[in-house]
Amino acid sequence: MSVDLNPDLSKVASTNGTTPATTKGGKAAGAIATWADDRLGLGGAMKKNIRKVFPDHWSFMLGEIALWSFVVLLLTGVFLTLWFDPSMTEVQYDGAYDPLRGVHMSSAMASTLDISFDVRGGLLMRQMHHWAAMIFIASMMIHMLRVYLTGAFRKPRELNWVIGCLLLLLGTIEGFTGYSLPDDLLSGTGVRAADGFMKASPVIGTYMSFFLFGGEFPGDAIIPRFYAMHILLIPGILLALVAAHMLLLVYHKHTQWPGPGRTEGNVVGYPMLPVYAAKAGGFFFIVFGVITLLGGLFSLNPVWKFGPYDPSKVTAGSQPDWYMGWPDGLLRIIPAWETHIWGITLSWNVMLPILVMPPLMLMILMALPFLEAWITGDKREHHLLQRPRNAPTRTAIMVALMTFYGLSWAAGGNDIIAIKMHLSINQITYFMRGAVFIGPVIAFIITRRWCISLQRHDEGKLLHGYETGVLVRSPAGGYAEKHLPLPEGKAYTLTARDDDPTPETVEEIDASGATGRTARLRKLRAKLATVFFADNVQKPTTEELHESQHHAEHELHELESQIAAGPNRHGPAEH
Amino acid sequence: MLVCGLLLTGGLYAALAPAQADTSQDEAALIKEGRELFLVGCAFCHGQNGEGVLTQGGSQYGPPLTDVGAAAVDFQVATGRMPMAQPGAQAPRKERVYDDEETEALAAYVASLGTGPAIPDKELYSTEGMSDKELEELVVRGGQIFLANCTACHNFEGSGGAMPRGGYAPKIRGVDSKHIYEAMLTGPQSMDTFSDGNIPPEDKKAVIAYLNELDEAPSYSGFTLGGLGPVSEGIIAWVGGIGVLVGFAVWIAAHTTRSSKKKDEAAA
Repeated sequence: MSVDLNPDLSKVASTNGTTPATTKGGKAAGAIATWADDRLGLGGAMKKNIRKVFPDHWSFMLGEIALWSFVVLLLTGVFLTLWFDPSMTEVQYDGAYDPLRGVHMSSAMASTLDISFDVRGGLLMRQMHHWAAMIFIASMMIHMLRVYLTGAFRKPRELNWVIGCLLLLLGTIEGFTGYSLPDDLLSGTGVRAADGFMKASPVIGTYMSFFLFGGEFPGDAIIPRFYAMHILLIPGILLALVAAHMLLLVYHKHTQWPGPGRTEGNVVGYPMLPVYAAKAGGFFFIVFGVITLLGGLFSLNPVWKFGPYDPSKVTAGSQPDWYMGWPDGLLRIIPAWETHIWGITLSWNVMLPILVMPPLMLMILMALPFLEAWITGDKREHHLLQRPRNAPTRTAIMVALMTFYGLSWAAGGNDIIAIKMHLSINQITYFMRGAVFIGPVIAFIITRRWCISLQRHDEGKLLHGYETGVLVRSPAGGYAEKHLPLPEGKAYTLTARDDDPTPETVEEIDASGATGRTARLRKLRAKLATVFFADNVQKPTTEELHESQHHAEHELHELESQIAAGPNRHGPAEH
Repeated sequence: MLVCGLLLTGGLYAALAPAQADTSQDEAALIKEGRELFLVGCAFCHGQNGEGVLTQGGSQYGPPLTDVGAAAVDFQVATGRMPMAQPGAQAPRKERVYDDEETEALAAYVASLGTGPAIPDKELYSTEGMSDKELEELVVRGGQIFLANCTACHNFEGSGGAMPRGGYAPKIRGVDSKHIYEAMLTGPQSMDTFSDGNIPPEDKKAVIAYLNELDEAPSYSGFTLGGLGPVSEGIIAWVGGIGVLVGFAVWIAAHTTRSSKKKDEAAA
């Protein structure tokens, strides 16, 4: 989509004003507002914040999807707590769903069935809650990709990045504890798997499992414990972190794309009231609406078909919800590596994909801003975003991580892929074993070169103009496409970026007299920085741009005179 | 009393004996017809007398059919799995090649080769004539048996699942009750045999009643997305959820504030 480079700013306030706005006339609403303001003093704080400016771009609204789906989660979640009974007490089901009537099950499962079949609107609420959870985590992830790929995580926003990563982790745990609550066959299988994962931890595994389950699996404590975590502990932390995340957003101010009039020192956009309140408020209703439609139209976790959990039963297609799919995939493809030593079994086949990889990935994610800042040595504040192509190595790192994630994720659905695409599940597994290693490398190389090619394309547009599609035949009979200079605003936007810094060289470090560990670290950093920036295209210099402008003007005149003198100046030749 | 007894015995004999004679004659004809069909369509892989064919490497080309019984033939042939169109990991269900009569003849011939279960009678799998209450209890019991024995391969609503090396547990929804019964009885392809000692006939009927109930019950929760569980749900969350919402975000960002309607029209 094209970015509007000349936004209509006529309605944007030109000043924040120095005197507070006062109510005029004796309107009732004004009187109430004054009454409240005299006592709460909100007017002063509001006055500044309702004029707060946000820049306009679709990618800035991805985090909003997460926020609004979280609101839907809170609302539907409260509804569900009114009927859900988080107890593993065995009861005999006698609700409206015939094929399970008389079956013994936990109270949790029975009350989930009651919500689905006997509470008015209950099934819709259940499905909305679950769909909202799936969308909550998905939107956090695409928001995170946006923040990373545009460089919005750079100073001063690194801590907000870390908070975002914690939100992603907590959202995932919240999701797992949530979908485990109904105590149905599918979720019980998941809890059984979690029990196995814990028991795979060397030495402390069994203790951890007994501690969590209050004894041997399944016991009768896990559902109430998950419930406490799911509706109190984790949402509390989530809310606090969401608040911190958004306060930091307000404090840092929103990043913006470069363009005419946009600098590191300002934010160009529309004020909170009325524009953003309307846009964000409207988006809330859209998110709510889409989730409601999903809840009403698409089946999600039909627990009545799974039946109550029973350790002796299992179903084909037992997968976790999508956000737990990638460790499940790694678990599915890892060879059966085990070590037997001193009567102890070390299950690398469980430890590596489940206990090592997810925490490792999270740590890599959280470390990315700091790693990049260390390698590039960039300690400046950044409020202008970078296009992904202008940081080729960074973009390539994320695409490599996404490729690893995506392949692991697909491996988690290997059985469904096998039956739907008529493949052998073994062959999928063998393929994935190689692909999770090779795929990210290929993706890294392709993305990096692709970005650099796009940079070259930008450079070409700046120096030689854009392709007009006008073909001109020369007197000698040759054909050439005419290029015309970019509009000034576009050219400005393309050049509104910093040149990459020149990394130190090994010789410089040696010359500086640094020795020992410091020197070794500096050399490592210099080498990494050299690789990081290698082959990047720097923006043209002012001289180069001026020269190309003159050239372009000359070409333009030439083209105009050619058109004026040519046989087609009045359209097709007349006979 | 004696007269009554004699009359009854005589009457019964009169009613049954000729019929038996007819049946055995019919049976022989049927077996003969079946053998002819067998020699044309089956013998290439299964051997001319159903003894099976080995490959040069010693592995099984077509298994022996001497003790599979009529039920196996009826299942394999009436669901189109046999004759196979090509060798493969598994014989897929396809359009049947032999009609009812031919299938019956083939079954009779193969049954004559040895032992094996017969084609089940209708009362073994049909729930006709049961009261609502009986049927409901049967469905509940069948559901639990289904979840304990079948879902591990066939999935929680019979949508099917993957087996090693390209094999698969097929979708078992909308399958004829008789064929489900026969499948349990004979354990075709990679499936286990659920003999009557393992799952008694009454329980087999319960499983079938549960599957029929799944077919007849409405989807209480909307589109079931193939009944495959969380994988298809995840796809919907990303495509129908996030995809649509990002589309809306683009739409909202593309429509910026308008000063007045007039100006907007002028711009257009």
